Amino acid sequence: MTASTPYDTILIGAGMSGLAAGIRLAQFDQRVLVLDRHYLWGGLNSYYKREGRRFDVGLHALTNFVPKGTRGRPLTRILRQLRIPYDSLRLGEQHGSRSVVGDTDLHFGNDFELLRGEVARQFPTRATAFDGMARELEALPFDVPEGQESARAYLTRHLGEARLVDLLLLPILFYGSPTPSDVDFPSFVVLWKSLYEEGFARPRGGIRPLLDALRSRYLELGGELRMKAGVAEILHEDGRVQGVRLDDGTELHSERVISSAGRVETLSLCEETVAATCGPEHAGRMTFVESTTLLDQPAPDLGWTDTIVFFSQGERAVYEEPAEAVSHASGVICCPENYAGQEPETEGVLRLTLMANAEHWMAMSDGEYLAAKEQAWSKGLETAALYGPDVRKQVVARDTFTPRTIERFTGHLNGAVYGCPHKDKSGTTPLEGLFLCGTDQGYLGIVGAMLSGVAMANRHALLPA
Amino acid sequence: MTHEEIVQAVKDIIHTIAPDEEIGGLNLTDPLRDQIELDSMDFLDIVMELRKRYGVQVPEDDYKELATLQGCADYLSPHLAGHKLATSA
Repeated sequence: MTASTPYDTILIGAGMSGLAAGIRLAQFDQRVLVLDRHYLWGGLNSYYKREGRRFDVGLHALTNFVPKGTRGRPLTRILRQLRIPYDSLRLGEQHGSRSVVGDTDLHFGNDFELLRGEVARQFPTRATAFDGMARELEALPFDVPEGQESARAYLTRHLGEARLVDLLLLPILFYGSPTPSDVDFPSFVVLWKSLYEEGFARPRGGIRPLLDALRSRYLELGGELRMKAGVAEILHEDGRVQGVRLDDGTELHSERVISSAGRVETLSLCEETVAATCGPEHAGRMTFVESTTLLDQPAPDLGWTDTIVFFSQGERAVYEEPAEAVSHASGVICCPENYAGQEPETEGVLRLTLMANAEHWMAMSDGEYLAAKEQAWSKGLETAALYGPDVRKQVVARDTFTPRTIERFTGHLNGAVYGCPHKDKSGTTPLEGLFLCGTDQGYLGIVGAMLSGVAMANRHALLPA
Repeated sequence: MTHEEIVQAVKDIIHTIAPDEEIGGLNLTDPLRDQIELDSMDFLDIVMELRKRYGVQVPEDDYKELATLQGCADYLSPHLAGHKLATSA
């Protein structure tokens, strides 16, 4: 097809990381293009309308909350780099969350003292050990090197008590682990800081104003955004990137491509010799079924007071790919109304996240798929009623997404939400000029995704200039 | 540009990239990092803005010359001799 003027940088994927990278590059006058196969931007964090009602995907919480003016923390650093005023996000802090394993509850919030007090009250013999560990973690930077010890081993060494370890680990696993039951130490440190030392907030209005702010800032700076423009092939010669070929055959040229599609997914767009360096067996497997249920009155009025509940019904924290399509043994319940300063809603919202087995969902016939979605949702509300008021008679609308939905809309194999188990912070690939950002580059959460885009744009596209 | 104008140009850039920092009281000789919150990402932005506004290329090895406002003025002076102070973009 037609050749075109080369771009300085082409970005694959219009999610949080790709848009953040695009802003950095457009800010310094690069000719930059963001491509996405889907018609909605946002990737794993997006929103859509159904029958006049708005549904959010992703964002339960913006982790890494710090107050305006806090220095040197991820949230304030990325906002500065993207030149987005802190106040424009209109962040509301969580009311309070809890981790529940078996019959033990551990409350936590944006004030670390709450968690410290909970540990001291319920595990008095571990209080001193917990304080020592918390101080040690607080002193660590966000980017600790890979160590021998996993998160579970570290917590167990310090605290001993299995129940306490599970209670602390459950939210961390659900909010960012690409591996079952445990997570590598560097990711653990990031998540510990993001969830417990910093905390949860929500932009007023949810993910939409944040995404729209990123998109409009990018476009105002002169960045180009093409939706429904999937990349079929990454063009390269002699180990150097030359551009991309789109699904419709259009060739676009650039000596630099930064992809948020995932390591395996990105390399699979290259020639066989390159693709073979990281085959589909390296793709992540941690995926979820998530349902959003709208209620005939605000959930807090019905007695839902928690912001987020991480639960595991049995005696241990379960975080693993289930043998069946979906598991109700553990999960996350989020009530977005329980953040400060949210718009008053006439309808309530409950979101429920459960662990899923991608293969089951991919193999279902359309009929089986719809039935399984329905069942996951209805049994999900029954499960949620174990941790809060029963809202099954208040339902006015609902929608459920599955690993199949995630794979279709994000291109991530297996619908893997936290990417492949092996993170590579350098963002480099076997090809010169091809870089990764997003989940497989190693940062986590919404703030982490934006930080990833900013960091990779700085390192690979601005510094060489 | 005079030394004073270069100092003003750098202060303008700092105001653009870190609008919440108080730049009025910055002195010439102490490292900028000790006076306000600037990390390596921010120094990259100072360099990128210098390039964008004045076409000056600062190689990575020379970033250390920009540690103080006096250092900025001394280092940038030959590069900015023929330039006029730009207003904030």
